[in-house]
Amino acid sequence: MPIALCRVDDRLVHGQVVVGWGAPLRVDLIVLVDDAVRSNPWEQEIYRMAVPGGVALEFASGAEAAARLRQWATGQDRVFILTGDIATMADLVLAGDGVINRVNLGGLHDVPGRRERLRYLYLSEDEVSQLRRLEAAGIIITAQDVPTATPIAFRELLR
Amino acid sequence: MSDELRGVVLAHGSLAQALVAAAEEISGIRDALVPVSNAGCNRPVLEERLREALEGGPALIFVDLPTGSCFVAALRAMGSVDRVRVVTGVNLTMLLDFLFHRSLPLDQAAARAGAMGVQAIAER
Repeated sequence: MPIALCRVDDRLVHGQVVVGWGAPLRVDLIVLVDDAVRSNPWEQEIYRMAVPGGVALEFASGAEAAARLRQWATGQDRVFILTGDIATMADLVLAGDGVINRVNLGGLHDVPGRRERLRYLYLSEDEVSQLRRLEAAGIIITAQDVPTATPIAFRELLR
Repeated sequence: MSDELRGVVLAHGSLAQALVAAAEEISGIRDALVPVSNAGCNRPVLEERLREALEGGPALIFVDLPTGSCFVAALRAMGSVDRVRVVTGVNLTMLLDFLFHRSLPLDQAAARAGAMGVQAIAER
């Protein structure tokens, strides 16, 4: 089954992810791809408590996710892949070599070096460059915080 | 410094502010509840907001959803700040009851808040 959603969101597992997207997409498995969380059992325990019953949660490093991507994309589960930053998602998309063809920008907040593109989306020039690289590889990139919002094409964010 | 517990209401959007305002209006008790919203912030900023709200003594954190960023931030605080407990599914009934039982030990206050919150939900 194709991967249901690949989302970049610096809040990681939160309401918009588990309720806003997880419920309408009928997600079976959320994969949090984050090297820091993957190596921290206490963090993992917290996130496990924050996921509703009926939805599985797995933790993967970037390398582990790249190795298992094709398995997730061909299995029976509806899989939601979540990263907290664009670099991790970009690496995963490129490692997948065609497995991922869409990326959802769901929430990157204001930190020094980033500029506001949308109310919920701030991007640095380096992040824009990484997204351009994905776009050049044929990946469809849109910003959309919740399913009921209109997706905004990456190109529109650059105006 | 008062020995009474403080309550921190941690919720999505403007829910925390609205709940605290309503509880204060009904009870007449001010400054015992602190609202914290997750609006417009990433994880570190939310955790900093919560840390500031928790300064000043033992506190009960009332969270809206038993999932999500507010819940995660509350659990992290419970693991890193002394004398903090977390109750999810905040409603006005549990807040009002808490305001009048802030002299309870923290664990008892948490248990009572959870029980009062559930008791408030009824179908007629």
